[in-house]
Amino acid sequence: MAHEHKLEIFRGRWKFKSNKEKIWGVLVFLSLVTAVEVVLGIYKPAILMHTWLEPLEGGFFATLGNIILSPIVYMKPLNLIFILLTIVKAYYIAWDFMHLRDEVGSLRKVIVWTGVFLICYLVFILLQEGGYVFSVYNAEHALIKKDF
Amino acid sequence: MDSTVVSTGTEDKTWGGGNSPLKASYGKMMMWFFIVSDALTFSGFLAAYGFSRFKFINEWPIADEVFTHVPFMHGQELPMIYVAVMTFILIMSSVTMVLAVDAGHHMNKSKVTIYMFLTVIGGAVFLGSQAWEWATFIQGDYGAVQTKGGNILQFGEYVTEDGEEIFKRVSIDDIAIPQESARISHERKNGIWFTDEGSLPPYTVDEIYTGLAAQENVVVRTQFLNEEGHKTILSRAESLKQIKENGKLVVKGANLKVNEYGTSLFGDFFFFITGFHGFHVLSGVILNIIIFFNVVLGTYERRGSYEMVEKVGLYWHFVDLVWVFVFTFFYLV
Repeated sequence: MAHEHKLEIFRGRWKFKSNKEKIWGVLVFLSLVTAVEVVLGIYKPAILMHTWLEPLEGGFFATLGNIILSPIVYMKPLNLIFILLTIVKAYYIAWDFMHLRDEVGSLRKVIVWTGVFLICYLVFILLQEGGYVFSVYNAEHALIKKDF
Repeated sequence: MDSTVVSTGTEDKTWGGGNSPLKASYGKMMMWFFIVSDALTFSGFLAAYGFSRFKFINEWPIADEVFTHVPFMHGQELPMIYVAVMTFILIMSSVTMVLAVDAGHHMNKSKVTIYMFLTVIGGAVFLGSQAWEWATFIQGDYGAVQTKGGNILQFGEYVTEDGEEIFKRVSIDDIAIPQESARISHERKNGIWFTDEGSLPPYTVDEIYTGLAAQENVVVRTQFLNEEGHKTILSRAESLKQIKENGKLVVKGANLKVNEYGTSLFGDFFFFITGFHGFHVLSGVILNIIIFFNVVLGTYERRGSYEMVEKVGLYWHFVDLVWVFVFTFFYLV
């Protein structure tokens, strides 16, 4: 069961001779991703600091489109890159360090799908609500004032 | 494991207890149950953090201005460096943990011992780093004034460095002009025996105001972000007016009620989420120490399997996994 390891990452593009070598390879990859994050975080390239697409306007379908495209129309590209890189790192920690790669597929799915579904649901609700509370505080004639 | 489980003699039958669902042992499966539920707890906290941040989206503190310190590099502003080192330490201790698990598969007792020891050391170093991070956060930097509305006003001046005009923060220690004050900390011995109060702020708002009035080029920066994503800087007249009319409390550092960096929720979430994560690291280190001694005593050698190392390893990697997300949402995004 646990003694057989799948010794390739990146869909077989990078193969290792032993499990130990794979661990070091993954470490190198994770360190590299972290280094990229830190460099981007320090220098903050100006081109990544504002959204590339304005929110759509007009009607129900525009609103729907904005919800679907929200990572692009509302989020700075830099933040999107950070979140994607984080998920990449999480994948390799779970797959190679927690050796999910060597478990049976159904166990992997039970773990990942449950978490991903519930977390996406919770994050959607809370962020939507947070944005709403912001609009209440900062509406034109807001009853609650805090700028004093 | 056979010695602890009563055998029914029907293991070969489907419901006889002989097969393990999903080809994972009972202990490993339960560890995964725990990890998934704990992941949901952490995502609940991080989502709540996101909620509060969206609620104050135009005034949330900029992490690069808050976490700028690195040990032994006094007075330099080096955002991200320290926390990147902390991340690396934790990933490194994850690596030694996988190596311990791998050595366990080969029943190599001496190697498991060494790698478990290194993992414990890595965890301890991370905890120490986090303690330092907390201490620096609580200690504070420049200080600020809180207004009646709960907003934070910071101080700074425009200076020209390398031909570029930049806004440089000024500490309240350099502004305040001490005055005779009747306000002293109330102690039990001077009044009713059951009432006392915590330490008073380092300065009064009056002292800051007189100091600000005396220094021509110091202005106030509010916590509200302008269109370029920088904090709004007030004019000189407006600065004096804000401190005079709205200034209520001088703040230095951070606690659960107020912090000098911005909205108080920022400090609360910092303490709560990194604290909860740190608590997980602490329990992980304790579990690792227990496992380490079991390895040294030869418990798993006699049992014929190092699966226990693997199970605790799962928990340890999970702690690393959570840190990756905390790192992103507190320090990067």
